[in-house]
Amino acid sequence: MSTPKTLYDKIWNDHLVSENEDGTSIIYIDRHLVHEVTSPQAFEGLKIANRSVRKPNFTLATADHNIPTTNRDEGISDPESKLQVDTLEENCKEHGITFLSMSDKRQGIVHIIGPEQGFTQPGMTIVCGDSHTSTHGAFGALAWGIGTSEVEHVLATQTLVQTKAKNMQINIQGELPLGVTAKDIVLKIIQTIGTAGGTGYVIEYTGDAIKSLTMEGRMTVCNMSIEAGARAGLISPDEKTIEYLEGRPFSPAENEYQSASDYWLSLASDEGAAYDKTVNIDASDIIPQVTWGTSPEDVVSIDGLVPNPDDESDETKKKSMIRALEYMGLVPNTPLKEVKVDKVFIGSCTNGRIEDLRAASKIAKDRKVADHVNAIIVPGSGLVKQQAEEEGLDKIFIESGFEWREPGCSMCLAMNADKLKPQERCASTSNRNFEGRQGRGGRTHLMSPAMAAAAAINGKLSDCREI
Amino acid sequence: MEKFKKIESNAIPLPMVNVDTDMIIPKQFLKTIKRTGLGKNLFYELRYDEKDAPIDSFVLNQDKYKDSQILITGKNFGCGSSREHAPWSILDYGIKCIIASSFADIFYNNCFKNGILPIKLDESEVTKLQKAAENSLSFTIDLENQKISYFDKNINHEVNFELDKAKKTSLLEGLDDIGLTLAKVNHISDFENKQKSRTPWLYSQQIK
Repeated sequence: MSTPKTLYDKIWNDHLVSENEDGTSIIYIDRHLVHEVTSPQAFEGLKIANRSVRKPNFTLATADHNIPTTNRDEGISDPESKLQVDTLEENCKEHGITFLSMSDKRQGIVHIIGPEQGFTQPGMTIVCGDSHTSTHGAFGALAWGIGTSEVEHVLATQTLVQTKAKNMQINIQGELPLGVTAKDIVLKIIQTIGTAGGTGYVIEYTGDAIKSLTMEGRMTVCNMSIEAGARAGLISPDEKTIEYLEGRPFSPAENEYQSASDYWLSLASDEGAAYDKTVNIDASDIIPQVTWGTSPEDVVSIDGLVPNPDDESDETKKKSMIRALEYMGLVPNTPLKEVKVDKVFIGSCTNGRIEDLRAASKIAKDRKVADHVNAIIVPGSGLVKQQAEEEGLDKIFIESGFEWREPGCSMCLAMNADKLKPQERCASTSNRNFEGRQGRGGRTHLMSPAMAAAAAINGKLSDCREI
Repeated sequence: MEKFKKIESNAIPLPMVNVDTDMIIPKQFLKTIKRTGLGKNLFYELRYDEKDAPIDSFVLNQDKYKDSQILITGKNFGCGSSREHAPWSILDYGIKCIIASSFADIFYNNCFKNGILPIKLDESEVTKLQKAAENSLSFTIDLENQKISYFDKNINHEVNFELDKAKKTSLLEGLDDIGLTLAKVNHISDFENKQKSRTPWLYSQQIK
């Protein structure tokens, strides 16, 4: 019998084009997602070197980072943003790449539309010039973020030169308590291993609590692998994966679906496969999580207190805690539930899917957003928006006092008009609480959609289970 | 890409941990369709106040570090997004070598694509170099021999560093990665034929 292999080993072996003399490998890339911010210089590079795109039909492009979430029919008013989006459209036209424009209802955040269209499939290698490409690992696809030079490399060769990473298993055993979600799991993971804990690794998430998640929840977990330092996160494909993909526009045709499904299931990590490192976390210990600082590892449970730097013995950590608390405008030992918020953002590639909007709407239903809070809902794609409207979620949100927006990355990185003012505090379902991330001087607390909705209603950080 | 040559310069000390890509180059500067011109906005929010005036206390605004080609910083440098605008802005400013105890993966990789040498050293070693940088001593970075050297009170200090062989060659020779891969295009075509027979649905996928 052959040595048991992990999912990562199997995908790596199945994409090995050749091994170079210097120890690196050429890895085939099955699918490439492209957006406006990290691609113009890559296309320019191709032009200068007189190179073409090797596999235009393995490439899918959309505009998401830089587009407005209001008054779409007026186009993009910011000239620089407009130039970037127009440049992408022209480049796609020139090279025969499918481009989902702002007016296409399938448009959305690149990591939401890949799975939604069935463009993302188990066993694939998928890359994009965006660090949250790890999202697609939820399907058992090896997916990671790359820089613009590598975007150009993939466009020209449909391959990348890689060195195999180490493999980490994060095992979430047991049952998740009521009201605790995928976002709480991943925040707990980042708190446990730290933002550099996964550096040099591909993480595979295993255990009953991971298996019990929907595909949407699995995407939330894999999405934030990069916040734990890992370029890619993986979950072995199972029946849920197969069921999710059936009948989607890019999914294998009916006559090929059975053989595709058999192959997908065969990719799951073998019993007894070896990992370089294993971390165990008990799901039943997790309660809703929020961040207090300016790094995604600055996580506490909602029933906790703002931490005190005096309790930290490591001098460097202590210094960065003091800086973070000052930036966040927080006093040590304050109960989290007493922290008032000004804005609420529900959306992003982490939590902009239909399940996320449903969870937020349950909290919002028949309640009102606090008077001093401005809360916006930004669906992850046009199709998520349409589905939510069919289910009447938009009405629930609007009646509660939330704004119902057009799809895009929006206030997750604040490249468009959606941003925080200095010192404004935001309950956000996005993935990064870095200084200035949501606007210069803005203060971000990361949490799940239900938690963010609860913060909107109460006007302060709240436990969604107590509403 | 330009070949990486020996560097002689003083070094900018930036003793902060987890410096993220939003700090290196904030999002408002990502709207460009060029690779150049980002240096003036490197570390924008640390470097300029809300009225765009330089913040005197920030290290990049101090005259003695104006022409430095080396940055010495804290662990997990470059965490966050995959934006290559981060190394572009560093290079455009004139920095060609970054020393830290660890780097985020994507950023680390992006450096080599732009002729920047990121050097990983033990934390205690980085702390010593930080001190020397604060005293504005001159460093020599010799990639060929994988050695950092500097004089302190007439004593020559030498620090060796490790580096993957392929990455070293790529920097020293300023290689065109895409050209090298395209030289193996037959392997790529062979792989595609093999894959097409094994997993045919990957090749019949069409937009409906």
